[in-house]
Amino acid sequence: MGILVNKNTRVIVQGITGKEGQFHTRQMIEYGTKVVGGVTPGKGGTRIFDLPVFNSVQEAAAVTQADASVIFVPPPYAADGIFEAAEAGIKVIVCITEGIPVHDMMKAYRVVKEKGIVLIGPNCPGITTAGEAKLGIIPGKIFKPGNIGVISRSGTLTYEVVNSLTRAGLGQSTCIGIGGDPIIGMRFKDGLKLFDQDPGTEVVILIGEIGGSDEEEAAAEISKLRIPAAAFIAGRTAPPGKRMGHAGAIISGNQGTPQSKVEAFQRAGVSVSDTIPQLIEKVREMVKAPV
Amino acid sequence: MKIYEYQAKEILRKSGIRIPIGKMAKTAKSAAKVAEKLNKKVVVKAQVHSGGRGKAGGIKLAENPQASQDTAAQILQMRIGGLKVKSVLVEEALNISHEYYLSFALDRHAGKTIVMASAEGGVEIEEVAAHSPGKIYKFHLDPAYGLMDFQMRRTCEKLGLEHRMAKEFSEFMKRLYRTYTENDCVLAEINPLVLTAEGNFLAADAKMDLDENALFRHPDFLELREASEDDPIEVEAHKKKIPYVRLEGSIGILGNGAGLVMTTLDMVSREGGKPANFLDVGGGSNWETVKNSLEIVLSDKKVKGVFINIFGGISRCDEVAKGILEADKALNIKIPVVIRLSGTNEEEGRALLAASRFASASTMEDGAKKIVELIEGIGKKV
Repeated sequence: MGILVNKNTRVIVQGITGKEGQFHTRQMIEYGTKVVGGVTPGKGGTRIFDLPVFNSVQEAAAVTQADASVIFVPPPYAADGIFEAAEAGIKVIVCITEGIPVHDMMKAYRVVKEKGIVLIGPNCPGITTAGEAKLGIIPGKIFKPGNIGVISRSGTLTYEVVNSLTRAGLGQSTCIGIGGDPIIGMRFKDGLKLFDQDPGTEVVILIGEIGGSDEEEAAAEISKLRIPAAAFIAGRTAPPGKRMGHAGAIISGNQGTPQSKVEAFQRAGVSVSDTIPQLIEKVREMVKAPV
Repeated sequence: MKIYEYQAKEILRKSGIRIPIGKMAKTAKSAAKVAEKLNKKVVVKAQVHSGGRGKAGGIKLAENPQASQDTAAQILQMRIGGLKVKSVLVEEALNISHEYYLSFALDRHAGKTIVMASAEGGVEIEEVAAHSPGKIYKFHLDPAYGLMDFQMRRTCEKLGLEHRMAKEFSEFMKRLYRTYTENDCVLAEINPLVLTAEGNFLAADAKMDLDENALFRHPDFLELREASEDDPIEVEAHKKKIPYVRLEGSIGILGNGAGLVMTTLDMVSREGGKPANFLDVGGGSNWETVKNSLEIVLSDKKVKGVFINIFGGISRCDEVAKGILEADKALNIKIPVVIRLSGTNEEEGRALLAASRFASASTMEDGAKKIVELIEGIGKKV
């Protein structure tokens, strides 16, 4: 099971002929993802990995019947790539690109919301349904199919958590990296709702970090859902006013503090672990516990 | 990316927004010269990235050039919000009739620009918000259409501005919005927006936060950043495009991925250690980036030990190991280093480092504990 993507999802890659695009397309195919083509303006008609390359998303979508697109386009053109995919009727857009200007993203965000499109990212590692499909850059080999959902604002930290789960014998359904930017498409709240409706997911792990209020928003939602959740917050000791790597990871005044996020989760009855090993132990207990 | 008031005002001036006449000065002498040229009462303002400058005594009036020299000398010795004042802005003092507030800012939750305006300017907007939130008029802009005429008319109405004043204020608003979008601002705040006795609207103060992701559209802003950064190591790191934040402690940190590095800092703190920095070498980094990054971490002389925490996804642990060895060759590292390599090619990476004198750790938690023990010679029980 899992959410949003599976082995039947027909995927195109925007920026397929670029260095990043090529490298990760190969990995996606090796994982078993049904990649059906790619887009690079000006390279339409050529082939790569024996897949057709198109000049536009519209053309690619029409010919390949793609359901989803992964964007590996450089920052100055990436928002345009989101517009193009939205316009072409793609329903799940995964934007890996880091560094998109926030004014561009305000416009792209408006369009995907208006059209009811699922946008994952930008500045994210993508989405993987264990054993079925990976759209993005999360290493495939750390996964083991199972019933734990993971949703995270981080990249590498997510790999660390998934890897630890796998080593502990705890498999995953779907893992989503929602991205570290100030404006992102899917938020914790949206991902939680999807996992809640997935019979294949028993527990959800939320990996948040300082900045913004998405964790608080998710905490307010959680009591309405059947699915139990466990949380971890990165940046508990980060100083205020400093951007910690991610464009969105900054405590501004009294906004986005780790205390506020931890307290919001605790109020909602979600345990917040202090370390990754503690998080894994907590999840193990939750999976075992009779519902 | 925050810039100084004098830099923000220069951007405003270019966009046709009225600002007080004045100039930035780095010494008391040159401050006096600016005052002499203005030949009137001036205000001397500390240029520092901190709120509450007025309360801290960083903004003062001066009647004549001699007084402005003395005042500037005083302010240039100050620290405000922990930051050293390195320059002052000397400007003509205004004949204030009324102080307003106006800002355009990113509301990340809404994914839109939020506009805030108030007739209660001159005090921190957070204070107004706390005491009389009804006195702030707020609304969002649709990113597809931007600022509309009717929104400006309504703002003027809410602020009690009529006729000619409303027209002038709207013009100011329109120009500030244009400045905000054209310069890719995340924040453009004018407080106070002064109405002078002569009937003009001026930006008496300006706070601007520029979007670093949009620097490719504004290559000239790189200079602004260098001039407005306080820490020389941060300046050096950012020149090399390495995300680095200098902190107070003594344990240098190098990791890959912002979330993982933040967690590494948390784990080191949990063990009782104090991190000296945040540094993200990034995903898929080659050995040269690792070497450069390690050199940056070690250029902080407070650093007494380093913890390198890598989870190899796209990054390969052997490439990271090579970077560490190259950095050691160049620098001959004498302080304790703990390395944790996990994930892609971890065996190869560990093999490369086996002959080195660096300590290894199997997990992030283990590594955090080891480096704290090595530095302080004492382990803290958790």
